[in-house]
Amino acid sequence: MNIHEYQGKEVLRQYGVAVPRGKVAFTVDEAVKAAEELGTSVSVVKAQIHAGGRGKAGGVKVAKNLDEVRQYASDILGKVLVTHQTGPEGKEVKRLLIEEGCDIKKEYYVGLVVDRGTGRVVLMASEEGGTEIEEVAAHSPEKIIKEVVDPAIGLQTFQARRIAYAINIPNELVNKAAKFMLSLYQAFVDKDCSIAEINPLVVTGGGDVMALDAKLNFDSNALFRHKDILELRDLDEEDDKEIQASKYDLSYIALDGNIGCMVNGAGLAMATMDIIKYFGGEPANFLDVGGGATKEKVTEAFKIILSDANVKGIFVNIFGGIMKCDIIAEGVVAAARELGLDKPLVVRLEGTNVKLGKEILNNSGLNIVAADSMSDGAQKIVALVK
Amino acid sequence: MSILIDKNTKVITQGITGATGAFHAKGALDYGTQMVGGVTPGKGGQTIDFDLENGTKVTLPIFNTVREAVAETGATASVIYVAPPFAADSIIEAVDAELDLVICITEGIPVLDMVRVMRYMEGKKTRLIGPNCPGVITPDEIKIGIMPGYIHKKGHVGVVSRSGTLTYEAVHQLTTRGIGQSSAVGIGGDPVKGSEFIDILNLFNEDPDTYAVIMIGEIGGTAEEEAAEWVKANMTKPVVGFIGGATAPAGKRMGHAGAIISGGKGTAAEKIKVLEECGIRVAPTPSDMGATLVAVLEERGMLEKCKS
Repeated sequence: MNIHEYQGKEVLRQYGVAVPRGKVAFTVDEAVKAAEELGTSVSVVKAQIHAGGRGKAGGVKVAKNLDEVRQYASDILGKVLVTHQTGPEGKEVKRLLIEEGCDIKKEYYVGLVVDRGTGRVVLMASEEGGTEIEEVAAHSPEKIIKEVVDPAIGLQTFQARRIAYAINIPNELVNKAAKFMLSLYQAFVDKDCSIAEINPLVVTGGGDVMALDAKLNFDSNALFRHKDILELRDLDEEDDKEIQASKYDLSYIALDGNIGCMVNGAGLAMATMDIIKYFGGEPANFLDVGGGATKEKVTEAFKIILSDANVKGIFVNIFGGIMKCDIIAEGVVAAARELGLDKPLVVRLEGTNVKLGKEILNNSGLNIVAADSMSDGAQKIVALVK
Repeated sequence: MSILIDKNTKVITQGITGATGAFHAKGALDYGTQMVGGVTPGKGGQTIDFDLENGTKVTLPIFNTVREAVAETGATASVIYVAPPFAADSIIEAVDAELDLVICITEGIPVLDMVRVMRYMEGKKTRLIGPNCPGVITPDEIKIGIMPGYIHKKGHVGVVSRSGTLTYEAVHQLTTRGIGQSSAVGIGGDPVKGSEFIDILNLFNEDPDTYAVIMIGEIGGTAEEEAAEWVKANMTKPVVGFIGGATAPAGKRMGHAGAIISGGKGTAAEKIKVLEECGIRVAPTPSDMGATLVAVLEERGMLEKCKS
């Protein structure tokens, strides 16, 4: 789960990570009031959306007085920002962060991730702050310094110091930088983050080491033990269909094609998208109904697929293991009847009770095209939506 | 022969009194697995009854702790169906009881819990499969997990996969072509897990009864690439592959916690490229996994001996 920058900074502040003072604003007036309260000569107006690249898209402005704050706030609020992470449709700005200006001497990068190779948390840093870490990794990988953390004892001070020296933090600020990293690690572990990225981390003219930006991403498997983080979820940032799906414990991801997919199992669901594409079609979504799908769940899944206006046909691909094909078939028939399905529907059933399942589909009187295999089904639905 | 488990393996179920645990304990017993007991803290001393498909009735003892269960039953393997918030503790308890094999089916364990589990397991004798996996089966001998047993056929092809349903798909394609399996192992869809492809490929390589392997990967991480390099350097048996998620958008978790392309890393295209460079033929679609293996076996004159 993603949260906004201002929320991330609030979480980090609780752990003693130094961040600039700032306030969230939902309106232009709130933005001006926030700047007034901060009382600094320079303040920064920052668009709050769940995507990086805001600066380049015009979503971050430095204001030298309250009039400029008002001007920039009204420019940015309601604007649709298109960045390399938002996709071409962009994201509308509904919140701003008004922050005290900062006397930046130099920018660095600090990040924490769970490394799959070592199965441990890895602290990464680079003296090339401000640029994306992937870019640094591509052109000068030697500039990315890493420390692997032993979960039994946590990040050690010497490791943080070693990183600070390696990325050339000024000598007199190394201890401050180390404390920053130790606090960041504590927040990461306590709150079950999956990513914590500080880009840039800055050293200021006043001798502070601060997080100028903060991107925190949380492990959704661990949200059950972090009610405070769950409260930070911003539904405006999520796809309506994905929100609806999550209510029914369906794993759904919207894509931009026109063939709706309903599949059991994440791997098979991904592979189904692939095979549609292989035969020249475009999948409209990823949808895993899970191993314990009921008639109700199948109906909900159909509703969500059909709520996507781009969908011209549906491909149901089920390998019944524990899940029986007749149950799925009943669900499909009931859903198609209830929703008055008027689009091509191709169903491929395999596995437990497959004969029974196929009989139910054949006897339903509905216009359901049966497929003998995944590739047969994919070819049929691709032909039908053309 | 087989890998990890055979008809002599004695198994306990952790979380045996939960709906899922009880359902799959029965499924294992129906398949002929030596399920010898279960663990549910607070229910030690009780028993649980199973009415099997063949008309017999089995009564298993329940224990409060894994140690007691092992001491009383002689089990060497455990399967875990405990809910995500408590599953990491269950794995550690099983490792502490010095079981040879622990298979964790549970989906949704916090990643940092698994980081701690893997740290605890360093230097311990236990092998962990999963979490978030379908389990392991050695056809006609033993089934530990949630896979449908009847689609399998005893034979000589090993299957290893990050995905449950794609494993079934591959097994089905093999069985319908008359090609049986030595063992099928689901290593699970989580980013931090007990066993990686290389661990299982190594076991298949050493198993005299496995003649060829299907390896099914997906987007996220670099385990497939590392496995491919390992295959090129060490594997004496043909391996064919499939990688799911060629059409998955970057930055989105595709159902599995581990199936995510992040920072441009872990794409299907990159994985397929490395697999092919390392001599692993990759099925163009998930429908072609069986056919791709058959083609490779034919070229090597191995098809007949893989039929069973």
